[in-house]
Amino acid sequence: MTVPLVELRSVSKYFGKVIALNGVSFDVQPGEVHCLLGDNGAGKSTLIKVLSGVHTPDAGEFLVNGEAASFGSPKETLDRGIATVYQDLALVPLMSVARNFFLGREPTKRVGPLRQFDIDMANRTAFRELRDMGIELRDAEQPVGTLSGGERQCLAIARAIYFGARVLILDEPTSALGVHQASVVLKLIVQSKARGIGVVFISHNVHHAYVVGDRFTILKRGKSSGTYAKNEISRDQLLGLMAGGKELIDLEQEIAKLGNGQPASGPH
Amino acid sequence: MTAEVRDERLRQVSGLGRLLSRPELGAVAGAVLVFVFFAIVAGGSGLFSAKGIVNFLEVSAQLGILAAPVALLMIAGEFDLSVGSMIGFAGILIAVPAVIWGWPIWMSVLLSFAVCGVMGYLNGLTVVRTGLPSFIVTLGSLFMLRGLSLGVMRGITGRTQTSGIHEYSKDDWINPLFAGQFLQTPIRWLAEIGVIGKRADGLPAISGIPMSIAWWVGLTLLATWLLSRTRFGNWIFAAGGDAAAARNMGVPVARTKITLFVFTALAAALFAAIQVLVTGSADTLRGNQKEFEAIIAVVIGGTLLTGGYGSAMGAMFGALIFGVVQMGIFYTGIDTDWFKLFMGAMMVIAVLFNSYVRNRAMRSR
Ligand SMILES: Nc1ncnc2c1ncn2[C@@H]1O[C@H](COP(=O)(O)OP(=O)(O)O)[C@@H](O)[C@H]1O
Ligand SMILES: [Mg+2]
Repeated sequence: MTVPLVELRSVSKYFGKVIALNGVSFDVQPGEVHCLLGDNGAGKSTLIKVLSGVHTPDAGEFLVNGEAASFGSPKETLDRGIATVYQDLALVPLMSVARNFFLGREPTKRVGPLRQFDIDMANRTAFRELRDMGIELRDAEQPVGTLSGGERQCLAIARAIYFGARVLILDEPTSALGVHQASVVLKLIVQSKARGIGVVFISHNVHHAYVVGDRFTILKRGKSSGTYAKNEISRDQLLGLMAGGKELIDLEQEIAKLGNGQPASGPH
Repeated sequence: MTAEVRDERLRQVSGLGRLLSRPELGAVAGAVLVFVFFAIVAGGSGLFSAKGIVNFLEVSAQLGILAAPVALLMIAGEFDLSVGSMIGFAGILIAVPAVIWGWPIWMSVLLSFAVCGVMGYLNGLTVVRTGLPSFIVTLGSLFMLRGLSLGVMRGITGRTQTSGIHEYSKDDWINPLFAGQFLQTPIRWLAEIGVIGKRADGLPAISGIPMSIAWWVGLTLLATWLLSRTRFGNWIFAAGGDAAAARNMGVPVARTKITLFVFTALAAALFAAIQVLVTGSADTLRGNQKEFEAIIAVVIGGTLLTGGYGSAMGAMFGALIFGVVQMGIFYTGIDTDWFKLFMGAMMVIAVLFNSYVRNRAMRSR
């Protein structure tokens, strides 16, 4: 294997008495999708906040390109090409697609003595970048509020890629989406991987993760239950490993019993 | 837009659809309505003579000078209720040093701008530091500045107003900037050829266009340019649209908002400079309720009360409506008591209309 783009070695993170992460190791290679799976409260968001420089680990190592790294702020991390698309997406619904695309990094051009926001370039670029990623926009000046959830997610991802992300961290990008919208986002994840970007894909939906993932790490109550390559594990095994997987299987059996006309359990 | 940006597989948005989603649409339509109304009701009253036009434009201009920066601030999601008492305060800062301490007018005008700028900065800093609603913070400033003006003025002069400032200002180099006129030559020429009427003594009905109108148009163009063609403009929209998202993308939200509070304060100082130098007097009660009039003009202009959406052009038309209605009611001889009723109703209708248009635009998918 090549040197990982980012790597965590036995990282722990505590919030007071809460052990959010307990000796977790995790890494992502260029051109791979590494899925981070786990139930609510498992520590997924905490792990990506360590990766994106929001939190510093309390124990363990954080390496970027094989070298020990510590970032003071998310901005520094971003400058190193590690981009995080949070669940809230950091989009402003009332503003146009292009204005959102370049929010905070607006291109300028000189007009006489003045520095002007190059809105034409912004419109053209946003439209082209999104089209290249398979998002058909009506017009780069339409408000983001008129986009569907999947399109918004794609816009946020496309923006991160355009600004040079080499590691793309996606926090539950498909969890709020319907089947069709989710598939648009999953396609974009595969495309990002094809560009050589390392993708960290957080989800609690095994079905979505299994379609695009190359490796899978399961978090359970702050601990890693191991990392598996796709050929080492089946979808059902993955389901079983996740917290709640056992409950689901139990539930299935109970429902099967119900279907047979038998009471699922004794009277309450 | 270039052909490259167009997507051939999808329906083109009609020109009308695009126009309908412009924030200033309501204000433009309202202005047309008001013009038509007064053309019918007050056509022969002189409202639309050269003199009448300058009169209502001057009213509009004074309000419009405030409305342009207030629009920017409201788009960024904040209010400034201290604008009105800032005007009274700025007037005192011009009058007292000039009349009592013998400062040249230009120096006291500069002092007024500087102090108001600092006041605006403090408004903004308080808002972003405390996280309190700007409505409350500037409501406090509204009262504090009015009290400060009264206290300072009465403490120093023993009275609440001063007049006779013309004597000090008329020869000052700064006077033409605020109290002067422009386009005097073309207007004399228009009077010669009979386009503009003449007075009984043979002079043109107007000798020029008051400078306040130039300030109004200039500030509106500047604000429009800032909004649509600068990074700062993008930050204004983002700060009002979703401050957290903007911050996450590295937009300096606090700095943007503070700057806009400085702008509204400077506009109040400009308003005061024009008023003091034109009328030759200052009064601690000046600018009363101007903050609300400015908000009404901005809201009629299509700016969303919750921020994130709006235009400076719209605010200009809002101010225009204000001036036309106020002077129109005066010229037609309708009791001017009805003016406030009309403007209040106009604002409510404008808000309903604008939110309808905006919802349509956002549903356009
Ligand atoms: N800033 C914080 N302060 C205190 N506790 C936190 C903080 N962030 C997360 N936690 C706790 O850490 C645990 C893991 O949370 P999180 O990483 O958000 O889980 P997930 O994203 O997998 O749902 C939870 O028990 C949560 O309450
Ligand atoms: Mg989470």
